Amino acid sequence: MAYIDAVRKQFETAVQETLDAGLNKDERFICSEQGVEIEVEYPRGSKRMKVLNFCANNYLGLSSHPEVVKAAHQGLDERGYGMSSVRFICGTQDVHNDLEKAAAKFLGKEDSILFASCFDANAAVFEVLFDENDVLINDRLIHASLIDGIRLCSAQRDSYKNADAGHLAKKLKMWQSRARNMCVVTDGVFSMDGILAPLDEICDVCDEYGAMLLVDDSHASGFIGKTGRGVHEHFGVMDRVDIITTTLGKALGGASGGLIAGPKAVVEMMRNRGRPYLFSNAVPPPIAFAALKVIELISQTTELRDKLEWNAKYFREKMEAAGFNLVPGETPIIPVMLGDAKLANDFAREMLMEGIYVIGFSHPVVPMGKARIRTQLSAGHDKEHIDKAVAAFIKVGKQLGVIS
Amino acid sequence: MSDDMREQIIEFIYDEYVEDDSMKIEDDTPLISSGLVDSFSMVSLKMFLEEEYSIQMTDEEASTEAFDTVKRIMALVQKKLDEQG
Ligand SMILES: Cc1ncc(COP(=O)(O)O)c(C=O)c1O
Repeated sequence: MAYIDAVRKQFETAVQETLDAGLNKDERFICSEQGVEIEVEYPRGSKRMKVLNFCANNYLGLSSHPEVVKAAHQGLDERGYGMSSVRFICGTQDVHNDLEKAAAKFLGKEDSILFASCFDANAAVFEVLFDENDVLINDRLIHASLIDGIRLCSAQRDSYKNADAGHLAKKLKMWQSRARNMCVVTDGVFSMDGILAPLDEICDVCDEYGAMLLVDDSHASGFIGKTGRGVHEHFGVMDRVDIITTTLGKALGGASGGLIAGPKAVVEMMRNRGRPYLFSNAVPPPIAFAALKVIELISQTTELRDKLEWNAKYFREKMEAAGFNLVPGETPIIPVMLGDAKLANDFAREMLMEGIYVIGFSHPVVPMGKARIRTQLSAGHDKEHIDKAVAAFIKVGKQLGVIS
Repeated sequence: MSDDMREQIIEFIYDEYVEDDSMKIEDDTPLISSGLVDSFSMVSLKMFLEEEYSIQMTDEEASTEAFDTVKRIMALVQKKLDEQG
């Protein structure tokens, strides 16, 4: 057992180091459904607090929407709880197929394929399509799941400065004669800053040099663009983005599931060769039913994304007027810049005491000295909720000397 | 070691990687291990050195360790130049 003891010590030391550095991820316990008004127990066993949630990816407020919950119940009642199979053995129901068709139509692509998560979709996509003859050129701030997906692929790699189409053009020029296929990889919305990738400029340089484009629109699908299709709609390049990956775990119901949407051949290749697709269980029926309902709801009306847009604009205006330093942008991800890591954590804690649930982000999640509170607006917020949050920000901001 | 080479390399690193203008790069500033240079685009640095100094490096030679500081990069380039005679 000596070996086991030594290993245990090693792991325990690692845990302690994280604690000592103040970097431990401490989870708050929510004792209600996900929504704008939630009940939080923190630490576990203490008195429950009713707070307003400003840090969920529940952009359209659909996580606990009655119609969505009802559809999930219907799925549960009619098709059961789980599939106990991967898709290609006996895990595909008609509703999986319906959902893939509906998602493809919504995103403006030929076809789509469902994964257990977008993390899995991103882990699958590169390895199937590219090899050492090709090059993947990614934005330097892409999501961890895209980075891992790229690592699983034997293609050559390069990267360009965040949201910088000029720098990307230089890279494409350099690689043009050195690779068979070039594929540019970016997030549609960068979730730490809430800024958009300039897809119009990126499409132009991709066309100029003959590169493909893959966009992860996890923080955009359902609400960015006039009818909520995503960042490609916002920039008027719906048919110039080749492949879109996205999640069902944020705006589109918030449960779980991921998608790859693109040309038919790409989707077929994923179905036959995508490892996280082939070797992982099918999405359960209640989720497939509910996700289909979500797409139906947001295809009928833009009411929710319109309200979200209004909410984000209103919050930005009020916060700027109060003197806070925000990252400028047009998404419902609105970072309040504080700089110092401890200040960001203290600020978030005081906000919770005021009944507003927000989280501080600091290094290494964001660059050193750029600590912040990242707020996320939802269509579930009403004006009064936002007014309360702004009032709390002002009170705590004055208390901690952030604003005067 | 030549000051020209140092200047050229540092200038390339600024253009290619640095987004924060107040950042200062010295001979010993960790580049890759600090996250300043994105390891996915180290290949740009390799290509730049190969073209600029007319040398060829294997992937083993162009390791993350060998590229981690300006000093080490200059040592590697010098070694390749010496080998070529
Ligand atoms: C840009 C991006 N891609 C992928 C994911 C992963 O999505 P999922 O939760 O479906 O695995 C996330 C979620 O954090 C994300 O923000």
